[in-house]
Amino acid sequence: MYKFTYHRPTSLSQARRILVENAEAKIIAGGMTLLPTMKMRLAQPSDLVDLSGIDQLRGVRDTGNALVIGAMTCHADVAADPLVQTGIPALASLANRIGDAQVRNRGTLGGSVSNSDPSADYPAAVLALDSVVETDRRKIAADVFFTGMFETALDENEIVLSVIFRKPKRAAYLKFPNPASRYAVAGVMVAETDDGVRVAVTGAGANAFRATALEEALTEDFSPSALDGLTVDGRDFNGDLHATPEYRAHLVMVMARRAVIAAGSN
Amino acid sequence: MSLRVSFVLNGESVTAEVSSRTLLVEMIREHLGLTGTHVGCDTSQCGACVIHVNGRSVKSCTMLAAQAEGANVVTIEGVAKGGILHPLQESFRQYHGLQCGFCTPGMIMSTLDLIARNPDPSEQEIKEWLEGNLCRCTGYQNIVRAVQAGAAAMSASSGR
Repeated sequence: MYKFTYHRPTSLSQARRILVENAEAKIIAGGMTLLPTMKMRLAQPSDLVDLSGIDQLRGVRDTGNALVIGAMTCHADVAADPLVQTGIPALASLANRIGDAQVRNRGTLGGSVSNSDPSADYPAAVLALDSVVETDRRKIAADVFFTGMFETALDENEIVLSVIFRKPKRAAYLKFPNPASRYAVAGVMVAETDDGVRVAVTGAGANAFRATALEEALTEDFSPSALDGLTVDGRDFNGDLHATPEYRAHLVMVMARRAVIAAGSN
Repeated sequence: MSLRVSFVLNGESVTAEVSSRTLLVEMIREHLGLTGTHVGCDTSQCGACVIHVNGRSVKSCTMLAAQAEGANVVTIEGVAKGGILHPLQESFRQYHGLQCGFCTPGMIMSTLDLIARNPDPSEQEIKEWLEGNLCRCTGYQNIVRAVQAGAAAMSASSGR
């Protein structure tokens, strides 16, 4: 790693001040992405602002029609929380299959969402559940949050405080995991909300996106057969050692079908 | 940046002067001299570095020493008490759940976390939990047997 100054503020205002005063400062949440990146010398922050000392950023709250999950809540805690298991079981199940057990003990919701990794699981849920990302400055709707590969609508030094997940009528998330990393080669969350069905895809494109053709078909008829004959345009999909764009496009339809079946049985 | 990091390690207070860049595994092995925790891949995959921080299993190669300030840390050296193997360690011995032993401390620390949350894990649950721990020697079957036997022994000795 390159040299850096480590800070562990005990308040948001302290964290904000350090970020503003140091142009190359970065937030560290769980560190499950940032530390490996720094160890490979692919990131060179001058300062690390560790948010783990700010207790208000952790926890799950039930507001009735939504769950508000603090940005520093780790994946293991989301997966095990009774409020999540009863309120949005698909979200608990998603969190429980991120990485491995040790990664889940450190990795956080806020870190995942802020990073917009094309293969991360959480962005599919944030998008499918029509969530709201709450920061220290404003609330950002999911539909405008993920803007590109490792890009979000967050401004410089903006701190994610929590994500507000609306409870769906029913939902499910299925992914085809990379056998080694367990990242999504293709992952689909299908959610039936009061305003119709939302289908969010991760792993396939530059960032999580909604498959609107699938949403229309499923809103009319929430069954796997409604997806017959439908495809997603894989021309701009990711292609790498693990899967070609064409195979990812195929996997998206397979995962979407399985997600509908899983959600339908809720 | 130089800093002093202090935490409780296997029940005792420890402190060391480290760099902000010092990984927790480095501090444990090189500053504190406990070499039972291993560096296998250094990229968060293999699990040879797994220890407990505040009751949870974590990969110590992917934590800064500074992040453990004030924490309760347990390594493999803290598992056996008074020179007597923990029932889980005894099961690994009995069921030949190790050959070279390089992955074994991480397997034990990871398994202890599993059993604390789920005292009677199924074979599938064990295999899924241990996805973050790689073994190049055993082919895993004896590890799974050792975990099953160890969990049973732990239940028996706690009177469940």
